[in-house]
Amino acid sequence: MLKRIDDEKDKEERKGFSRRTFLVTSAAAGGGLLLGVYLPRSIGAKAQVADGIFAPNAFLRIRPDDSITLIMPQVEMGQGTYTSMSMLIAEELEVDLVKVILEAAPPSDKLYANPLLGFQVTGGSTSVPGFWEPLRRAGATARVMLIQAAAVQWSVDPASCRAEKGEVVSPTGQRLNYGALVDAAAKLPVPDKVALKDPKDFTLIGTPAKRLDTPEKVNGKAKFGIDAMIPGMKFATVAACPVFGGKLKSVNDSKAIAIKGVHQVVRIDNAVAVVGDHMWAAMQGLAALDIEWDEGPNANVSTESIVEQMARASQHDGVVARSDGDVAKSMPTAAKRIDAVYEMPFLAHAAMEPMNCTVHVTKDSCDIWVGIQVVSRAQATAAEVTGLPPERIQVHNHLIGGGFGRRLDVDGITQAVAIAKQVDGPVKIVWSRKEDIQHDVYRPYYYDRFTAGFDAQDRLVAYHHRVTGSSILARWAPPAFVNGLDEDAINGAAKEMPYAIPNILVDYVRDEPPGLTTGWWRGVGPTHNVFVVESFIDELAVETKKDPVEFRRSLLGKQPRVLGVLNLVAEKAGWGTSLPDSVGRGVSVQFAMGTYLSQVAEVEVSKEGEVKVRRVVCAVDCGQIVNPDTIVAQIEGGIIFGISAALWGEITLRGGRVEQHNFNDYRVLRINETPLIEVHLVKNTEAPGGIGEPGTIGIAPAMANAIFAVTGKRVRKLPIKDQLRPA
Amino acid sequence: MPTLLINGQEQELDVPDDMPLLWVLRDVVGLTGTKFGCGIALCGACTVHVDGRPIRSCILPVASVVGKKITTIEAIGETASGAKIQRAWLSLEVVQCGYCQTGQIMSAAALIESNPNPTDAEIDAAMSGNICRCGTYPRIRTAIKQASQSA
Repeated sequence: MLKRIDDEKDKEERKGFSRRTFLVTSAAAGGGLLLGVYLPRSIGAKAQVADGIFAPNAFLRIRPDDSITLIMPQVEMGQGTYTSMSMLIAEELEVDLVKVILEAAPPSDKLYANPLLGFQVTGGSTSVPGFWEPLRRAGATARVMLIQAAAVQWSVDPASCRAEKGEVVSPTGQRLNYGALVDAAAKLPVPDKVALKDPKDFTLIGTPAKRLDTPEKVNGKAKFGIDAMIPGMKFATVAACPVFGGKLKSVNDSKAIAIKGVHQVVRIDNAVAVVGDHMWAAMQGLAALDIEWDEGPNANVSTESIVEQMARASQHDGVVARSDGDVAKSMPTAAKRIDAVYEMPFLAHAAMEPMNCTVHVTKDSCDIWVGIQVVSRAQATAAEVTGLPPERIQVHNHLIGGGFGRRLDVDGITQAVAIAKQVDGPVKIVWSRKEDIQHDVYRPYYYDRFTAGFDAQDRLVAYHHRVTGSSILARWAPPAFVNGLDEDAINGAAKEMPYAIPNILVDYVRDEPPGLTTGWWRGVGPTHNVFVVESFIDELAVETKKDPVEFRRSLLGKQPRVLGVLNLVAEKAGWGTSLPDSVGRGVSVQFAMGTYLSQVAEVEVSKEGEVKVRRVVCAVDCGQIVNPDTIVAQIEGGIIFGISAALWGEITLRGGRVEQHNFNDYRVLRINETPLIEVHLVKNTEAPGGIGEPGTIGIAPAMANAIFAVTGKRVRKLPIKDQLRPA
Repeated sequence: MPTLLINGQEQELDVPDDMPLLWVLRDVVGLTGTKFGCGIALCGACTVHVDGRPIRSCILPVASVVGKKITTIEAIGETASGAKIQRAWLSLEVVQCGYCQTGQIMSAAALIESNPNPTDAEIDAAMSGNICRCGTYPRIRTAIKQASQSA
């Protein structure tokens, strides 16, 4: 089903990531990562790619044998995008979903840019929102041209013909399959405008279609990047300097070279790799090296030193992200003020597939086999490291064994190409789990200050939230970091903060932690902000002796869709009904990635302070639904991902080194710890929102609020870990 | 030079005795369905069957499985329990990224082979060694029940 070839005709279109494609930030309403809107160029006038293939646009190839190929712009990492993207095109093309063959798109920002992010990227829960129209249009364009071609052959009015199940049908019932029409259709001009189907006529979109990638994932045939097998390939594993920013000083490899199966020890600027006949030889070789590092300027960095610096920075005024009314005036005159400080830790991604990359560098070419969310950036970094022009770099993109944001960075590819340059023939570089956890790009540490002011009637009149933390955008997409404001760092805190309060001030202080790199993590900015905002709002409800759901309702009068999911979840969860003494209920609401969501968590806290999530009820309004079963799966999985982080997720530094190693000390949820999860979908025809991340976002505050409900202890710092243990 | 019986085929292999079975399968034999996840038997991604029992192949020296019957994900569909589990996995759309799923399926197939009608607690006990970061656990539980109830 999943075929991977590079389309020779697309080679001329290949270009590395260009900053020009990034328009200046104008974060669209509710977008997770909406940096700017870059509309793809209009569909090209040339319909023909090669003889006998009908290719009305960059996404579709229809061949005389009736095969229909979707050149898949997005990468599959579990979120179901292979299926939902195919559903969009199959709906308009009028073909059975299982007929769609997928090919991973080659690098091309010009042809395969994410419409919401401006270049070739899978991230920010943008695939369905971004490609909702372009892929339906691509399918509809092909359908219109195939109908036209058939109508000419039959000498009838195209308007009297229709398409169904891969065939064009004439008014008298004659039928021609698409394969028989490709030659004629390819000669027709590509129409500028085509009518898209009315949503009420959808037969595929909105149905729980079977995922296209599942069959090969249950029998071992699915190929992830780590499964690439290239003839003559060698295997390598790597150790980078354990202190970020350090360098390789010297290495004695005499013991390693003596191990049977070890071929070579490769030294690069900040790392050393051992190349062998198989991973076992490479692993043993690496363990036998005697390495001396120059630890560099970060050798004394610790979590404590980072947080101290951040706490100091948070005392300064930040860049204003939202200002309603006049907080400077209303706060000092408030009858009562509440202050709180919240902290969130650095987090690793810990995807199941460890970082890996297979590379073959020759004097005039470089082939890369990898799973990556940013294909054109993979090409660009390889071009830079090898000195080869981008068109000499082939990126063979693969399935990703869990992304969660990690594969939005190409550091692993940069390193792998630097190693492969010194190796004769193809080499697969695989990181150990320890290397993967200790050389991640980490979800930033955040330090949040809140002040709320109430008037004499206990009405909330003033609200100040100051976010302090690293800017991922300033590193990852510099043109999108404008006037000192990181739209991601405040996403979920500023304009998406749904509560009606007369005076609101949200500001942002950028503080970069020394000694590590920060990056995207499932749920991005909102995972941080929704936790702190929803926890603080809960504090305010308690302060005014109001029920947390009732208090939220009283501030959500102008937010019908937020109110809608809150009311639905309250009803489904049985909000207000009795629970055992050791169990509490907590709620959260959110608007992120274009999707509205509300969760209720039931959390049990034992006398010993052990925390167990028993049940989670979630209401989701993501507008138009493409695949309801995928939505439920993403919400279930997102919640579980968020529970792991809320309970235990934490990367700490000592002596400049990450202290965690593996799943023993970077603990994640297991099946026996998994709660009952119920997902309720709101049906409507609003624009589709993203779904890969929202489930993760609101679970931590729902848990923390439930913990308060049962223990009276407010969790203001994650992870929860042993905070509830009696002193 | 150990000879192994993998998925019903004898394979003579030039590998060191202490080499973990995982790397023999993946890098030497070319059966990449068995996955590397943690390297220290914490995650279950590398689960295979040795004489029908689920074993973490990442810490299993190849010398210890000489003369034993090794079954990997590539052949588990040929067993009745394995085929049942695969069908249930497909019918309930358990899979997301899929990386851990081959290990999950190996553990689940071994469970229903030895215990045709497991309770929730028995499912938890048998499956708690297999980590899934996508969070497919609720569906894994349902799928095992469906498979155990199917003919």
